[in-house]
Amino acid sequence: MPNTSEFKSSPQDVTFTACPAFSIEALSSPLAVREVLSDVMMRLKGLHLDAEECETVELVLAEVLNNVVEHAYPTPDGAGPIWVDCVHRDNGLHIRVCDNGRVMPGETLPTGHIRVPDRDVDDLPEGGFGWFLIQDLARDVRYERHGQQNRLEFRIAVAFGTPRPS
Amino acid sequence: MDILARTEGDICIVAVRDARIDAAAALDFKEAVRESTEDAPPQVILDLTRVGFIDSSGLGAIVAIMKHLAPERKLVLAGLTPPVAKVFKLTRMDSVFAIFMTLEEALRAEHV
Repeated sequence: MPNTSEFKSSPQDVTFTACPAFSIEALSSPLAVREVLSDVMMRLKGLHLDAEECETVELVLAEVLNNVVEHAYPTPDGAGPIWVDCVHRDNGLHIRVCDNGRVMPGETLPTGHIRVPDRDVDDLPEGGFGWFLIQDLARDVRYERHGQQNRLEFRIAVAFGTPRPS
Repeated sequence: MDILARTEGDICIVAVRDARIDAAAALDFKEAVRESTEDAPPQVILDLTRVGFIDSSGLGAIVAIMKHLAPERKLVLAGLTPPVAKVFKLTRMDSVFAIFMTLEEALRAEHV
């Protein structure tokens, strides 16, 4: 497991949140992305996120995982492991996604710009929306190549001031 | 991918009956809509009432379908649920498509 101390559940996390830290491991495939998303959303139920917050978490994580499936483990390379770690803190959900696949081009995050042409349908982009959505909806997005591993961390600014369970 | 196409006069209505247009479904979805609109009239309405989740792959597929249908046929979107509408708005694709809240509104507009 690529767990470092930052993403391990500290006694504080367990005591003060309705959603203890968790880790999920999956083998990369488009259907595995669905399963991981459904698992994550189930585990977050204790936070009582509203519908819009749930949509944001699911969309950002979907885009990050799709990117791993498509680009870190492209078809000729075969499937590989994906690790998702999630910790709830005062300023939101901290999520880290790791894989042992291909490095991000230039070892850096794509900027995620969308170019919308004036009116010419043929020029409309059919891709590139994913990184735009990640950069737009997530905070503190960080990418690091650690040895043979990709690590992408981000924060989703939801579940502030969630009441502590009694 | 579960879709159902029917033609009413000069309008083809393609209803998506799956709840997700995501990376796992995008290719199938694109193919299924292309096939069902091969002999479609000039107006095609994509009814998304039942779709509760779309990601960038699904969005890309809808853009590809619109480009495929153009210029002879026009693609109109109807019945966007809040999570689907949000993705179109964030990516500014809501300025590219004709979008109606409900299928009824889309039909009324297209019949004029």
